[in-house]
Amino acid sequence: MCGIAGLIHRKGSSNVGQEMTNMLQALKHRGPDSTGFAVYGEPEENTFILRFKVAEQEDLAKSLKMGDEIVKRKAAVDETLKALGVVVKELAEATEYAYRYEIQYDGDMQKMADHVEDIDGAEILSVGSALELIKDLGDASVVSEAYGLDNFTGTHAIGHTRMATESDVDIRSAHPYWAYPYSDIAVVHNGQITNYWLMRRQLEREGQRFVSNCDSELLAVYTAVNLEKGLSLEESLTKSIDEIDGVFTYLVTTKDQLGMAKDSMAAKPMVLYESDDMVALASEEVAIRAIIPHEIDTWDPYDEEVRVWQA
Amino acid sequence: MAGVETSHEMGLHTEPLKGRDIKTMFSLDNEGTYAYAFAPDVDFNKRSSVDCEGKEATEINLEIRELIKTGHGTIVLENPGAKHSIIVGILHRMNFIVNGSLGYFGCGLLDGPSVRINGRVGWSFGENMMAGVCVVEKNAGSTFGAAIRGGDLVCKGSVGSRTGIDQKGGTILVGGDTGAFSGFMMQRGRMVVCGNAGKNLGDSMYDGTIYVGGEIRDLGVDAIPAELTDLDKAWLTRKLTQYEMMPEKGVDHFTKIVAGKQLWSYDNLEPSEKKLVL
Repeated sequence: MCGIAGLIHRKGSSNVGQEMTNMLQALKHRGPDSTGFAVYGEPEENTFILRFKVAEQEDLAKSLKMGDEIVKRKAAVDETLKALGVVVKELAEATEYAYRYEIQYDGDMQKMADHVEDIDGAEILSVGSALELIKDLGDASVVSEAYGLDNFTGTHAIGHTRMATESDVDIRSAHPYWAYPYSDIAVVHNGQITNYWLMRRQLEREGQRFVSNCDSELLAVYTAVNLEKGLSLEESLTKSIDEIDGVFTYLVTTKDQLGMAKDSMAAKPMVLYESDDMVALASEEVAIRAIIPHEIDTWDPYDEEVRVWQA
Repeated sequence: MAGVETSHEMGLHTEPLKGRDIKTMFSLDNEGTYAYAFAPDVDFNKRSSVDCEGKEATEINLEIRELIKTGHGTIVLENPGAKHSIIVGILHRMNFIVNGSLGYFGCGLLDGPSVRINGRVGWSFGENMMAGVCVVEKNAGSTFGAAIRGGDLVCKGSVGSRTGIDQKGGTILVGGDTGAFSGFMMQRGRMVVCGNAGKNLGDSMYDGTIYVGGEIRDLGVDAIPAELTDLDKAWLTRKLTQYEMMPEKGVDHFTKIVAGKQLWSYDNLEPSEKKLVL
C-alpha cells in the first residue's frame, strides 16, 4: 500500500525533520517495512552532504565479524575520497553502518559516486548541497531517533512508509530514491509502474544507472534526466503522465521545489493542504493532522493533476 | 432482461424487478419507522458528545454504541482529527454531528441516521449506505458514496474520483466538481454534480441518472445525454433547495446523462453462451 508525505515551508525554515517524522508515524499503518526521509537543509557554499552506508541491519545479525568488516569498508571509503581529492569537513556516524559526511569537492560527481560504490557493501544514499536522504528498516520514530532527525532544520521534505510488494525489505529498496548521481533530487512514490523495465532499459541505454530493482527509482532517474535536459520540474511531471504507464501518485523534491503528479486513473490517494506559509500533502489526512491539529480545509488533487511549489 | 421497457425519465424504470425474496429484517410491529427488530429506542432530544482526541477509531465507535444503548439519539463528535472508520454500521434513525473532519471509510454501512459533518471527509465516505442523510460541508475524497443503495449523500464542496462507483440507488449530490470515472458502473439512483465532471463520466453505467451543472470533460462507455424534462427540473429544484445548494443559474442548464444500454447484451447470447457468462 505505502504512504507518502511531503511538506514545504514558503517563508523560511522549520524543524522539517520532526514534522516529517510525525507525518510518517501517522501513516505507519500503510507500510511498516521501512521508512525514508529526504530532508532539505540550508546549503553552505561549496559544501555537499554525502550520506552513505556500508552494510544493512540484517548483516549485523548474520555475522559476528561484520563489525570489523564495517571498519574496513569505511576506511576504504575514506581512502577513496582522499585519493579523489575530496575534503571531508565534518564526519558523523549516523548508525553503526551509515555515515554523514560534509564534503568539499569540485570534481565529477559521477566519478566519485562510482568509486565509492565500487567498495564492497558501500552504497551512497544521497549527495546534495541541501538534500540529506535517510532510510532504514522500522517505523518513522525508530528511524528518526536512530538518525537524529528530531532537530533537523530545513525548508522542505518528503517521506515514505513502505509496504514491500515489488522488491525486498532492505535499505536499498526503501524510498525515497535519489537519482544517481544527480544531486538534490529525490522521489517518493505510491503505486506500480507497469512499463518500468521498458523505460529502465531505454534510460540504461542512454547511460543512466539504477541501483535497485524497485520501479519507483525510475521516477527519480526519469525526473533527473528531464531536468538535466532543461525541462522545468512542472514540465517533467506533466510529461510523466503520458510516458509512465501504471498507477502512481508521486512527489519530487529538488533543491528548492516540491512537486506532485497523479496518474490518469487517480487510483492512488493524496490529500493536499495549502496556506500562505506552507504546503503539506500526504496519502491520508491523518498525516497532515499530525502537524496541523486544528481544523483546516483540504482537498484531493484530481487525475492527471500536476503541482509545483517553491521554497 | 427480455421484455424490459426502458424509460429515461429521472432514471426510473418500468420493468418489474425479479429475484429472490428479500429476507425480512424489520420488526413487523414497527412498520411506521422501519426499524430493525434489534434497534434500541433512542430519544433525539437526548444529546451527548464524544471527544475523539487521543482515542483510536474502535474506542470512539464503542463509545458511540454505549451512548446509543442508553437512549442517546443525538451524538456530537468533537476533535475527530480525520480519523478513519468512524460512525459505521449504524442501523437506525438518530442524529450525528461531527465538528471536524473524518478520514477514510467514515459513515459506512449506514441504514437510517442523519449525519452532518462540519468539515471534510476522506476516501469511501458513506460506502454502502442504505438509508438516511449524510451532509458534508466541505470537500470529500474519492469513491464518495461507493455502492450506495438508498438515502441522500451530500457533499457541499468538491469530491474526488469515482464518485458513486457501483451506485445501486439513493441520491448523491455534489456542490462542486467531481473527478474522473464518476458514476462508474452505476446501476440505479441519481447523482447530481453542480460543478464540473471529470473524464469518463458514467463509464459502463447500466442504469440510473446523472445530472451535471458544469462542464463534462468526456463521457465514458455507453453513457449518453438525454433530454432534461420538466419532471427532472422539478426534482432537481426540490433536492437542491432542500440542501441549500441551488446554483444561481437555477437548474435549466443541467445536462442529463443516462445509460445507452448498449452493454445490455445478454439476451443476444445463445443459451450455451449464457451458461458461460452467467
